[in-house]
Amino acid sequence: MSRIPTICPFCGCGCNFYLMVDGGHVIGVEPNPANPVNRGMLCAKGWNCHEFVQSPDRLKLPLIRKDGELVESTWDEALDLVCTRLKDLGEKHGPDSLGFLSSAKVTNEENYLFMKMARGVFKTNNVDHCARL
Amino acid sequence: MAGLAAAFGSGAMTNSISEFEDADLFLVTGSNTTAQHPLIGSRIINAVEKGAKLILIDPREIPLAPFATLHLKQNIGTDVAVLNAMMNFIIQEECYDKEFVEARTEGFDALKASVARYTPKVSEMITGIKASDLNRAATMYAKADKAMLVYAMGITQHTTGTDNVKSCANLAMLTGHVGRSSTGVNPLRGQNNVQGACDMGGLPGVFTGYQRVNDGAVKKKFEDAWGISGLDDKPGLTITGMIAAAHRGDLKALYIMGENPLMSDPDVTHVERSLSNLDFLVVQDIFLSETAALADVVLPAACFAEKEGTYTNTERRVQLSRKAVSPPGQARADWEIVAEVCKRCGLAADYRSPGEIMNEINKLTPSYAGITYSRLSSGYGLSWPCPNTDHPGTPYLHRDQFTKGKGSFLPCDFKPVSEVPDEEYDFTLTTGRVYFQYHTGTMTRRVDLLEREAPEPLVEMNPEDAKKLGIRNSDMVEVSSRRGSITLKAEVTDRVPRRVLFTTFHFHEAQVNLLTNPVHDPIAEIPEYKGCAVKVRRCS
Ligand code: SF4
Repeated sequence: MSRIPTICPFCGCGCNFYLMVDGGHVIGVEPNPANPVNRGMLCAKGWNCHEFVQSPDRLKLPLIRKDGELVESTWDEALDLVCTRLKDLGEKHGPDSLGFLSSAKVTNEENYLFMKMARGVFKTNNVDHCARL
Repeated sequence: MAGLAAAFGSGAMTNSISEFEDADLFLVTGSNTTAQHPLIGSRIINAVEKGAKLILIDPREIPLAPFATLHLKQNIGTDVAVLNAMMNFIIQEECYDKEFVEARTEGFDALKASVARYTPKVSEMITGIKASDLNRAATMYAKADKAMLVYAMGITQHTTGTDNVKSCANLAMLTGHVGRSSTGVNPLRGQNNVQGACDMGGLPGVFTGYQRVNDGAVKKKFEDAWGISGLDDKPGLTITGMIAAAHRGDLKALYIMGENPLMSDPDVTHVERSLSNLDFLVVQDIFLSETAALADVVLPAACFAEKEGTYTNTERRVQLSRKAVSPPGQARADWEIVAEVCKRCGLAADYRSPGEIMNEINKLTPSYAGITYSRLSSGYGLSWPCPNTDHPGTPYLHRDQFTKGKGSFLPCDFKPVSEVPDEEYDFTLTTGRVYFQYHTGTMTRRVDLLEREAPEPLVEMNPEDAKKLGIRNSDMVEVSSRRGSITLKAEVTDRVPRRVLFTTFHFHEAQVNLLTNPVHDPIAEIPEYKGCAVKVRRCS
C-alpha cells in the first residue's frame, strides 16, 4: 500500500491528506497532523472525497454528437474536430466569436495552459472562470 | 473581488488560516463558515472557546450563531447600511485609529461625510437591527486588538456586492485592522482553486499574476515567451457577457473545462437557451454533467487523484498534489488535453510534466517567481507573493504599505436589493450551501455518506409564515418567482426570519437557479443569488 500526498478537491480551505492506494485503487484518506492548514483534521466532505474518484459514472472515452446523439469516439477524432471547428469559426466570425471557461476545480498549471490556448492559439481574451458564481 | 482590489490593491485574503487562532475578535458576515469552509469554521470556534469574541452579521440562525457574542440579524441586502452605521458611530465616538488613517490611507473626509447620514435612527429603520446593538458591535470591533473581518459569497452575491466589499475594507482601514498578524480582511473563496484560477489569468483582462492584457510591455513579454505575435490587447468578455453574446448569436463556440454553468448560473433557462444557440460547444469534465449533455464534443478528464499539479487555497498558499492512481478508461489530465489542442493548432506545448509548465509560470509571473516544484516538494506550500526562490512566502499582506501604496476609502451608499417583495411575490428567497454537499453536486452527490445526510432539497421557512399559509413541516410546496417555479419540501424552522425563504443550489431535482434573478453587480458581474422576490404555496 502507498500513501500519496494530495489536496482536497472541494472547498477553498485546501486541506491536505494522503490518499491510501492499494492495487491501483484509492481505499482511504489520511490527513497529516503536521500540516499547518488542517493539522490532521478534515470535514465530512474531505474524509469521503475519494469515493467519487471510483464512481462508475466517470467519463472514460471522448464523445462526439452524431445525428443528435453523443456517441463514443477516439481521441484523434475528437481533438481534430475541436481544432478544426474552433479554427473555422474563429476565422469566419472573428476571434471574439469564441469563448473559453476555465475552472476553479483544476490545477494552476491547467488554468495557465488553458488561458495560453485561448489567448495564444485563438487570439481572444474571452477567458473567464465560473467562480464569480 | 473587485472591491477589495480597488481599496487595497489586492483582492485576496490578507491573512493565513493559522493566524485565525490568535485573533481576539471575528466579525463574520455573509459566510456560513461551518458549511462552506468547515475547517476555517472550526478554527473560529476554537478561538472563541479560548476567549475570542465573535460578532455575526447574518439574517439566519446559522451553526456559528450559538458561539456569537453578538448576532446582528439584518434585513436581507442591507449590509452596506449596517457597516456604514458602525463606521459612523466609530467616527462619532472618536475610537477610530487616527494614526493608521493618517499614515496609510486616503479619502477619509469623503468617507466621514458619506457615513454621517447613517445615524442610529436611520440605520435601525433600514437594517432592522437595534441601534444599541449596532453601536455595541462597532465599539467591540474598533477596540479589539487583533480583529479579523471574514466574509464570503453572502456579501458578494448581491447587485451591490462590490459596495459591500468596499464597505468591509473601509471599516477595517478606519480601525487600523489590516496589515498585521491575525488582523485583516478575509474573503473566503468557494471552490478549491478559485484563487489559483484567478492568479493564472482565468479572467478576461489579465494574464498570470494580474498583469494586464492592455499593458504593452506585458503583452510583449508574453508574446516573446510564447513565440508568437498578435495577442489581443483589449479585455474580453466575462462569463456573463459570453452567455449574453451566445444568446444574441455573436458568440459561436464555447470551450468549457471542468465547470457546470448550467447548474451554477442564475436563471438556468436563459443559460440553456444560450448554450443551445452556439454552433459548437466543447465540455471537458470528469462526469457527464448537465452542461456536458448539451455539448458537441465531450472530453473525459482526470480528477485530482489522477494527476499532478498545484492548487492555491483561499489563503494564497500554493500546494503540490501528487498523482495517486491512473484515470479511468482513456480519460486524460486536463493539461495533457489542452497541450494536445495547442500542438494540433500549431502552438508549441511540449510539456512532459506539470512541473515544466510551472517553470514557465515562474518566469512570467513575479508573484509566483519563487514557487517552484523543488521547493513545494518539501514543506507545506508557499503563499504568494513569493518573488524569488529564497523568499519564504507572505502569510499576511499589506504590512508596511498596501499593495497599491495608500489604502483608499471608497464610500458607498445603501441601495435596496433590486427585486424587493411586493404584494404578489411577497417573500425574499435567499440561497446558500449545506455542510454535506458541494457546489452543484456533481462530485458530492456521488458519495454515499454525503448523499445520506443531505439527500434532498429543502426550503426553510419561518413557523409563523408557515402557519399562516397552512404549511406543515415536510409538506411539498411550490416556490415561484417571475422567472419560473420549483417544487420541494418545506422545513419549518426559526433559523430563518419571517418573510424569508432559504434554500441551496446543490440539487438538480429543484434547480433554484430557475428562480434567481440574473441581474448583476455592475463591476464584479456576480449575479444576485442572495435575494429575489418569490411567492410560495402548499402543493395540493
Ligand atoms: S476537508 Fe472539508 S474543509 Fe477541508 S478542504 Fe475539504 S471540504 Fe474544505
